[in-house]
Amino acid sequence: MKLTGAEIILECLLREGVEVMYGYPGGAILPTYDAMTKYPQIRHVLVRHEQGAAHMADGYARATGKVGVAIATSGPGATNLVTGIATAMMDSSPIVCITGQVPTAAIGTDAFQETDVTGVTLPVTKHNYLVYDVEDLAYTIREAFHIARTGRPGPVLIDIPKDVQNAVTEFVYPEEEPVLPGYRPPQEATEEQVRAALELIERAERPVILAGHGVIMSGASREVLEYAEKTQTPIALTLLGKGGVPETHPLSLGMMGMHGTGHANLAIQHADLLLAFGMRFDDRVTGNLKTYAPHAKKIHIDIDPSEIHKNVRADVPIVGDLRAVLRQLNPHVKPQEHREWWAQIRDWMEDADERDIVHWDAGERLFAAHVIRDMWQATGGNAVIVTDVGQHQMWEAQYYPHERPHTLITSGGLGTMGFGLPAAIGASMGLKSSNVWAIVGDGGFQMTMTELGTAAQERVPVKICIINNGYLGMVRQWQEFFYEERYNATPMHNPDFVKLADAYGIPARRVTRRQDVIPTIEWAAGIDDGPVLIDFVVEKHDIVYPMVPAGADLHNMIRRPIEGK
Amino acid sequence: MQTKQTLVALVENKPGVLNRVASLFRRRNFNIDSLTVGRTESPERSRMTIVVDAGADQVAKHLYKLVNVIQVENVSTVPNVSRDLALIKVHVDADTRGQVIQLCDIFRAHIVDTSSRAMIVEVTGDEEKINSMVEMLRPLGILEMVRTGVVAMARGDDVLAPSDYEARRPASNGHRASVL
Ligand SMILES: Cc1cc2nc3c(=O)[nH]c(=O)nc-3n(C[C@H](O)[C@H](O)[C@H](O)COP(=O)(O)OP(=O)(O)OC[C@H]3O[C@@H](n4cnc5c(N)ncnc54)[C@H](O)[C@@H]3O)c2cc1C
Ligand SMILES: Cc1ncc(C[n+]2csc(CCOP(=O)(O)OP(=O)(O)O)c2C)c(N)n1
Ligand SMILES: [Mg+2]
Repeated sequence: MKLTGAEIILECLLREGVEVMYGYPGGAILPTYDAMTKYPQIRHVLVRHEQGAAHMADGYARATGKVGVAIATSGPGATNLVTGIATAMMDSSPIVCITGQVPTAAIGTDAFQETDVTGVTLPVTKHNYLVYDVEDLAYTIREAFHIARTGRPGPVLIDIPKDVQNAVTEFVYPEEEPVLPGYRPPQEATEEQVRAALELIERAERPVILAGHGVIMSGASREVLEYAEKTQTPIALTLLGKGGVPETHPLSLGMMGMHGTGHANLAIQHADLLLAFGMRFDDRVTGNLKTYAPHAKKIHIDIDPSEIHKNVRADVPIVGDLRAVLRQLNPHVKPQEHREWWAQIRDWMEDADERDIVHWDAGERLFAAHVIRDMWQATGGNAVIVTDVGQHQMWEAQYYPHERPHTLITSGGLGTMGFGLPAAIGASMGLKSSNVWAIVGDGGFQMTMTELGTAAQERVPVKICIINNGYLGMVRQWQEFFYEERYNATPMHNPDFVKLADAYGIPARRVTRRQDVIPTIEWAAGIDDGPVLIDFVVEKHDIVYPMVPAGADLHNMIRRPIEGK
Repeated sequence: MQTKQTLVALVENKPGVLNRVASLFRRRNFNIDSLTVGRTESPERSRMTIVVDAGADQVAKHLYKLVNVIQVENVSTVPNVSRDLALIKVHVDADTRGQVIQLCDIFRAHIVDTSSRAMIVEVTGDEEKINSMVEMLRPLGILEMVRTGVVAMARGDDVLAPSDYEARRPASNGHRASVL
């Protein structure tokens, strides 16, 4: 079958199971846009800014576990993708970005809309390609999807010059899985490693599991729970690990780290064994490395060898797929009880409970924590939540316990404001679900709120909840703590978000009182034929507690003062 | 003082690979003492020799993350041959010409060019040998010098080659072949 390069691109996407792609047309990618008219099976979603396309592909990928696809033209189209690509890279999210490039003969001449896109994206992709020859196209796309989704997943970019899209060749799809000489993701532990791990496990009296994003990516939820239940080991979660194990499970300590629970952090600091399952000891997780978990031996299971000993030295490093490794380990693990350890942890939990604002009567005030806890109740804890970045993101992490993997989608590593709305659109489309809720700050929302247009046009039934505190709240919090309350460049004059939604034909309501929270969420939940927006006007000067100041010891948390005490 | 380690990396011979490696070193703040690239027994592979001041393990692990890197070996951990080559243009006059010729004899170096006021000396050996040659010539006045950087190979029967290497894809895949 003779096809053009553009048609080959779409044939290959079809064979990869791609059902939707997010993009924006322009000169250098026009041949492919034209060919799309012959491939109605693949839905193309016109975004309002290419950053939105990359985040949508990312949200789609994180919600479904499948590869998300974004497509853009050369030059400015491609550079607009970069923030979204870097976001996916930091959180190991599998996306494939296709960009048009100027014709091969023009490359290197500063041609109109020419940018060295493979150069620009080199440090923020798992791998990238510039395809010079239409003969290479099919294989390259096959390889790109393979690399994006296997091993430690990540973004892959394919830059395709316009003449390559126009060139005609015989289309042969490479059915076999690509064999790359330099790409062999590790799978299993050695017997020696299993034995060494078992030895530490049997001796441990105060173990803690650190469950990370790897639990979700390897599909190891059952295996982690099996291990934890057998050994009665408490489980602390990273932000991206949330949902990996049910957070309402009695063994769960909630989130660890900078804004983690007091008991999770104290348990880590007192532990004699840490079992790091698919997490990378981010600095938001460890605080001061010199004083981090000083009494603990560490077993670190990660698919990426370069994560081992990167920040924290492992006593037993195991490079492999978490699920496969736990399946090797679990049958040899002997039951344990750890009663004393749990008595200690329960003490810490009670203290945390007393300080928790969620139990307080806020009077006339509306606290974000209450909004999110009510949302948890009103959605039966079953929603897929996508957040933006800031205080509201941390309150989500603290007050919305997740039960299933892939139900919290958030930019952790890069902390990209503007991620929330587009990622939620991608997630909602990927899951074909009207139970996807974007919780966004008033600041971050305004970075990508252009995508309201996309949501409205495509009738994506996404629920948009703005936690509107009139501030770049997280930065304001740092200014309050560390810069003597000099609130420079953090207050915001916001538009009327309800009217803004109205301009797009999106139903919207404002909530200012606690008693209206649940009814309004229920109202929004009932709308399933397009987007809906709620503007929650909350306390301006609220703070995310507890907080471990950047670089401080993990046990030195700033706790919420108990009101009246 | 930390000891230098020499890594050898087999990489796919494709454009941009050197760029990927160099970008990795800069991004990860790895301190690289020297880096050389050259052809190998196979036109599909090139070979890099990388001398690092510290953290060889972490450098190796990150190199492996690059899709185009096939194999990495720390040759400092095994008996090895390592060679650097220098071309040194040294100032000479009637008095010192003889000294240079003598030095070359001692170091088994070659004089590859002579003119009335300069000679080019070519010397091969491990880094230390070249360092001492340079120190000996310095008082005479080194006008110009270039060193290739170290290339290295493990001694013995074992070969650094990808064991399960089967090229199933078209040779031209991804890019037109040749230079890195
Ligand atoms: C404002 C803000 C505040 C934050 N505060 C906190 C906080 O208080 N607490 C917190 O935890 N985070 C916090 N974060 C997030 C933090 O920055 C990191 O993104 C997060 O801790 C990373 O979690 P992770 O290591 O589990 O996931 P990732 O960074 O995604 O790492 C996943 C790890 O799993 C490995 N892996 C992947 N697949 C597999 C597999 N199949 N088998 C085995 N291993 C695998 C990967 O190689 C990688 O090492 C915050 C972020 C922001 C923006
Ligand atoms: C693109 C980008 N720019 C700047 C920052 C730094 N930053 C982190 S949180 C934050 C404030 C977010 O404000 P808002 O969206 O209103 O959320 P809030 O903290 O108030 O809940 C800022 C500016 C960032 N994370 N991303
Ligand atoms: Mg705000």
